[in-house]
Amino acid sequence: MISLNLYSYLAVAGALLCLGLYGLMQHRSLIGMLISIELILNGAGLNFMAFNRFLAPDPTVGQIFALFIMGLAAAEAAIAVSLIFAVYRKYKTSDPERINDLRG
Amino acid sequence: MAYGTLIEIFFYFFIIMILFGSWLAVTSQILMKAVMGLAMAMFGVAGLYLYLNSPFLALMQILIYVGAVCIMIVFGIMVGYTPKELAAYAIEPKNTLLSLAASLLTLGVIYLGLSKAQWQPSPGAGSGDFGITNLGLNLMNRYGLAFELISVVLLIAIIGAVAITWNGKRRGLSK
Repeated sequence: MISLNLYSYLAVAGALLCLGLYGLMQHRSLIGMLISIELILNGAGLNFMAFNRFLAPDPTVGQIFALFIMGLAAAEAAIAVSLIFAVYRKYKTSDPERINDLRG
Repeated sequence: MAYGTLIEIFFYFFIIMILFGSWLAVTSQILMKAVMGLAMAMFGVAGLYLYLNSPFLALMQILIYVGAVCIMIVFGIMVGYTPKELAAYAIEPKNTLLSLAASLLTLGVIYLGLSKAQWQPSPGAGSGDFGITNLGLNLMNRYGLAFELISVVLLIAIIGAVAITWNGKRRGLSK
């Protein structure tokens, strides 16, 4: 029964984290980086839920933490999309390489 | 076919959905396809939440991530980008190798740690009340402060998002 094994969930969560990390480093658009950050946050939430199901004495802590991760991810996505709008309006691009006014 | 076998098959299906969706999300040249991959991965994670005894979290995952975050990112793509740009600068080839190496190294370290780790479940683990009534009571009593804090954070985020986009239109950020 692989679905009753803690390690299978942890392995999936680790794969999500690493795929998100890969996308965060390799994507060259701000929206693509935002998508990768969402993947990383989902890996963290899955991790909390797995530990909550299999190890924790109180079954609500992990669920509440995962709910908070979802809420913070929603807030972060709203702020990030509006920042991308503002940057796009000023620079006419979403390429992070070209937003370099502070380069010395 | 036995009921347990069917459950296992669906578990593999959800895992494949997560891996394929997130692979699509990070490697796709066209950003709209990447968002579709993200939504697919979110659906898979919601399926895994069902296996972890919390259907409420699965519903919230679909509602918040697929229904709100993905739609907002789609909105951002449609406003900020023209289709010509999409294919042109999605992927930087010279960084691909380095980022692949870094993420594979991270994956290796995590899996090495997983193979060595020994966790002991605390007494009573996995047998408590996973239901939504207990969750709501705890959210209102023991974790009330955190609940209020997340409400304030969401309010500030909404006001801040509106303020940032509005200000840029008139002055400051525009010229």
